[in-house]
Amino acid sequence: MKTLERLRPSRAADVRGLPVSWGRPGPWPALSVGLLALLGAAALGLTLGPTSVPLEATVRVLVSHLPGIDVDQGVSVAQRNIIWDIRLPRVLLAGIAGATLALTGATYQGVFRNPLADPYLIGVATGAALGATIVVVSDVSVSWHGLSLLPLAAFAGALASVILVYGIARVGGRTPATTLILAGVAVASLSTAVTSYLMIKDTTNAGAILSVTLGGFNTASWAKVAWVVPYVIPAAIIIPMYGRVLNVLSLEEEQARFLGVDVERTRLMLLAVASLAAAAAVSVSGTIGFVGLIVPHAVRLALGPDNRRLLPLSMLSGAAFLISADLVARMADRPAEVPVGIITAICGVPFFLYLLRRAKLGAYF
Amino acid sequence: MIAEGIASPAGAPLLQAAEVTVTYRTAEGPITALDGVSLDIHAGKMVGLIGPNGSGKTTFIRAVTGVAPAQGSIAIGGLATGGLPPQDVARLVAIVPQEPSLPPAFTALDCVLMGRTPHLRLLQNEGPHDIEIAREAMLATNTWGIAERRLGELSGGERQRVVVARALAQETPLLMLDEPTAHLDIGHQAAVLGLVRSIARTEGKAVLAVVHDLTLAAQYCDRIVALKSGRVVAQGAADEVIHPEILRQVYGMDVRVLRHPDTGLPVVAPVNGRFV
Repeated sequence: MKTLERLRPSRAADVRGLPVSWGRPGPWPALSVGLLALLGAAALGLTLGPTSVPLEATVRVLVSHLPGIDVDQGVSVAQRNIIWDIRLPRVLLAGIAGATLALTGATYQGVFRNPLADPYLIGVATGAALGATIVVVSDVSVSWHGLSLLPLAAFAGALASVILVYGIARVGGRTPATTLILAGVAVASLSTAVTSYLMIKDTTNAGAILSVTLGGFNTASWAKVAWVVPYVIPAAIIIPMYGRVLNVLSLEEEQARFLGVDVERTRLMLLAVASLAAAAAVSVSGTIGFVGLIVPHAVRLALGPDNRRLLPLSMLSGAAFLISADLVARMADRPAEVPVGIITAICGVPFFLYLLRRAKLGAYF
Repeated sequence: MIAEGIASPAGAPLLQAAEVTVTYRTAEGPITALDGVSLDIHAGKMVGLIGPNGSGKTTFIRAVTGVAPAQGSIAIGGLATGGLPPQDVARLVAIVPQEPSLPPAFTALDCVLMGRTPHLRLLQNEGPHDIEIAREAMLATNTWGIAERRLGELSGGERQRVVVARALAQETPLLMLDEPTAHLDIGHQAAVLGLVRSIARTEGKAVLAVVHDLTLAAQYCDRIVALKSGRVVAQGAADEVIHPEILRQVYGMDVRVLRHPDTGLPVVAPVNGRFV
């Protein structure tokens, strides 16, 4: 990495009298800032709440769950339960959902070469909402490994929707991005129509349906964390591996192909991994808007378009952002909770617009 | 790797395309875009591909790269390209596409380094060796001075040269350019074609350039191939192809062919722009 920086033209003033302009910092400063933000948000998320638990007691409870350590004698059982069974899963779930939405948002934007793409583009959100709505309306209550039917149905709805959209858009072994986006928008409208109809027909459950649609983490549990993790981990590992290839995919499809990228296969693989993770995240968090759109763009505006930085940093920032937003959702209107999707919109959008105004030329994508 | 492993027998053409036919299926029935085109290019030579719009020039480039499904045989350095994975093909042939759109936020150097894609494994980043190759390519195309500028800030001529540098960074034995001089002023047109010809000479690359300007094609290309309706109508030295009767046959238009006072090569002047 050092040699690479040295060879960059900015440092190579001896070569044909080039201007010494600017050197680029490595990825570590940005990653450190992202990590610190995430840890800070997590610490706040664990200590703040309707019942305040001191930071020291919080640390004691957490550390005591490590094997062989037992330092939580002074902490009341109630506080232990609040930290370990209520707040930690909630913070984890918000972090996982935020990281997933931001990472898959960046992925979709890269794969589709479209700055408006987000994890919900090809039907994940509306499919999940429809799946959950059907369960609410049909009034069945089955649980599976501590999970209610709701997230399972939302997951099934999200996946069914993505597969349907992809199947429609695939023509003769190719999937043109424009067709895929249009098919996604069309299928999303269809599911929304059905969801709305079910909601109107069944007014007693309209509130439950609306809260699924708006999203939130007030029902977070360890069971939900355990359910979502296996779908999120492949995305968190595989997608950042494709950072350099995603840069090449920001060229036109044919140019990328001329440079040796198997565009169709790479795109299908990335979309499959990202959609699976997004579907799982939405199934436990509801359809929280703006995270997948705003976070990657904010990172891009700050650090430039290189996906090798964008993808890991989107994950960290997305997690920090959604944990913070969830904290505000808990604290703003106590004891009631504000749906977190409203917070992400109210806090995120003005910040995003500020960044957008600051960006010169608008040519940062 | 593949490019280095090529040991074509002395005198054998680097690109050997024989009886290449490309048929597209459309709603109105099949359309034959290329109809039995045979075309060879030797290492170190620059071949100009001319012909009216829709005559199959771009389709030929797409067929060689495997993007367009082609019948017939295509071999680069004796290696048949049919069925090769894209990454292997990209080590054999580099393309400068027609009016490529580029992501505005990436720098010129980022773009040229993308030319190293076929030589990198998934988890491999560009190393000092790749940067050095990109630097050489940018020095050759006179773009090293704008290496850290964003693509969105570059002029059309600068962008075109950056894309040529990217193709050079691919280090392929075959280089194909699709109208590399479109939208360039006369100075940049001459600069780009002169650069490409000198690269062919000095590095022993085989070059195919689609050129619309017949006078430019005549000045810079060692050989010219004329396509019409997917067939080769004529091929040979500039003098043999840039000829009023052949051009009338290819373009359906009367032209006068003069002589360049310095080089003696053909210069094409239209006659009243009449189609015949």
